[in-house]
Amino acid sequence: MKLSKVFICTAIISSLVMAKENKKISIEGSTTVLPIAQIAAEEYMMANPDVDITVRGGGSGVGIASLIEGTCDIADASRSMKDKEIKTAVNKGVNPVAHVVAMDGIAVVIHPSNKLKEISKEQLKAIYTGKYSNWSKLGGEKKKIIVISRDSASGTYEAFSKLTMDGERVRSDALLSASNRAVVTTVENTPGAIGYVGLGYITSKVKAIGVDGVQCTKASILSGEYPLSRPLFMYTNGNPCGQLKAFLDFVKSKEGQKLVEESGYVGLK
Amino acid sequence: MNFKTENIIKSGFGILAFSSLLFLLGIIVILFKEGLPIFKYVKLFEFIGGKFWYPTYDPPDFGILPLILGTFWVTIGAMFIAVPVGLGSALYLHEIAGYRERAVLKPIIELLAGIPSIVYGFFGMVILAPFLQRLLNIPIGLCLFTASFILGIMAVPTVSSLAEDALDYVPKSFREASFAVGANRWQTLVKVVIPAAGSGISTAIILGVSRIVGETMTVLMVAGGAAVIPKSLFGPVRPMTATIAAEMGEAVVESAHYHALFGIGLILFLITLIFNMIAEMIGRRYRLKLGLGR
Repeated sequence: MKLSKVFICTAIISSLVMAKENKKISIEGSTTVLPIAQIAAEEYMMANPDVDITVRGGGSGVGIASLIEGTCDIADASRSMKDKEIKTAVNKGVNPVAHVVAMDGIAVVIHPSNKLKEISKEQLKAIYTGKYSNWSKLGGEKKKIIVISRDSASGTYEAFSKLTMDGERVRSDALLSASNRAVVTTVENTPGAIGYVGLGYITSKVKAIGVDGVQCTKASILSGEYPLSRPLFMYTNGNPCGQLKAFLDFVKSKEGQKLVEESGYVGLK
Repeated sequence: MNFKTENIIKSGFGILAFSSLLFLLGIIVILFKEGLPIFKYVKLFEFIGGKFWYPTYDPPDFGILPLILGTFWVTIGAMFIAVPVGLGSALYLHEIAGYRERAVLKPIIELLAGIPSIVYGFFGMVILAPFLQRLLNIPIGLCLFTASFILGIMAVPTVSSLAEDALDYVPKSFREASFAVGANRWQTLVKVVIPAAGSGISTAIILGVSRIVGETMTVLMVAGGAAVIPKSLFGPVRPMTATIAAEMGEAVVESAHYHALFGIGLILFLITLIFNMIAEMIGRRYRLKLGLGR
């Protein structure tokens, strides 16, 4: 009895000491990269119980600001750092290093009955800002365009609007769907509809069309040829070492990239 | 049972009864605490009267008029279904249906209330919306009409069972007196029973409205979700509840957007609170008039 108590006490004390030695990694930034960071952190902590990773959203700008302030170790970003941010970082003695962890590609989908095969970025913008309201403007039949967008708070929406809208607002009568799945279901059922979804959500009941002459495929997204694609970054201060390096290596590894694909993005491998 | 145990049981149940008051207070406090800061960013009038809802742009627009009107029109539309069907079925069940019919119909109507709202939403999105789209030849099935239709059906059990209770409350003597002076069944129903049950019936309708206003999952799935002031019955709308549900997960905590969503919640809460208070007031007044004293 006594022996077991002693044993438990030592166990508790040693675990407390161990906890102090726990390596902490804090990740902050883009909500687009958030699902990747989250699932990667979970898997990594499962394999390395002595590492404690906290993941927060906030947006790319917030994450980068935190990295510059030194309040986080990794800044998630769905865009590369702006010149101004790099300047501030250098002034504060921070040396940001970019790590591409995944590619994000957005496919434009229409109803299979629609004969349109391709669209240009300008046309896409004209449709989503409300300049074009009829398919006849794009050489199709006379039919109202039903514009389907994602909720303005979603990462897919953010990416789409950054890549095509040049800061202009999506027309207010666009249908806002709560998920990629909902967009696909609506497009499946609506002959005049146009929508956009992550590459992984395309089904056989909708038609994905090329943008600026490039079809949306894994290869064209990886090469950066497809216009509605962008790399997703994790920024660190200087070249990472120790646990930080191990974690980033894990994200970039085959296993990590599988998690990336599970989150609906395009893996690099 | 001795005195002591009785007291313990009494206070135990008392605590349980008052705990819901505690929950309500907690919710109200949080709603105000998180909702009011939005007025640091926009004025009350701009918030309620603004025509554009672009919460994530720079600069953002926090106008919830399209959302309020979305909720308003969906509710009005739903009432066109819930009130006739709900009251009609209550009258039929109470006045015409025999014992057997009642035994079958009543549980079935009440079963409608037990179907989870996401099932209604799914049904609307996958079956009803495409069907209406083909039937009426409209560009898109996810619209004000579809949302109203489904919400109307969802509110039928609320309206029906409360209205039937109201009809039940009418004292038998009223009916007997009416027959005694030579009124027929129809006259008795229209001139005596329905006016006497009027309070309960209005309560039933108002609580039905509350149910529709607060419904979230279904409108999120079938209303289309465009934050635009509705111009036609077949245009998409974005009710207040759907906005909160869709955006809260992505809004940065403590940001203006986050407070704006709580602000919408606060306004929704005030709307349903007012409806419930009106229902309660009407109910009390008419019951006194009837001499029921309850």
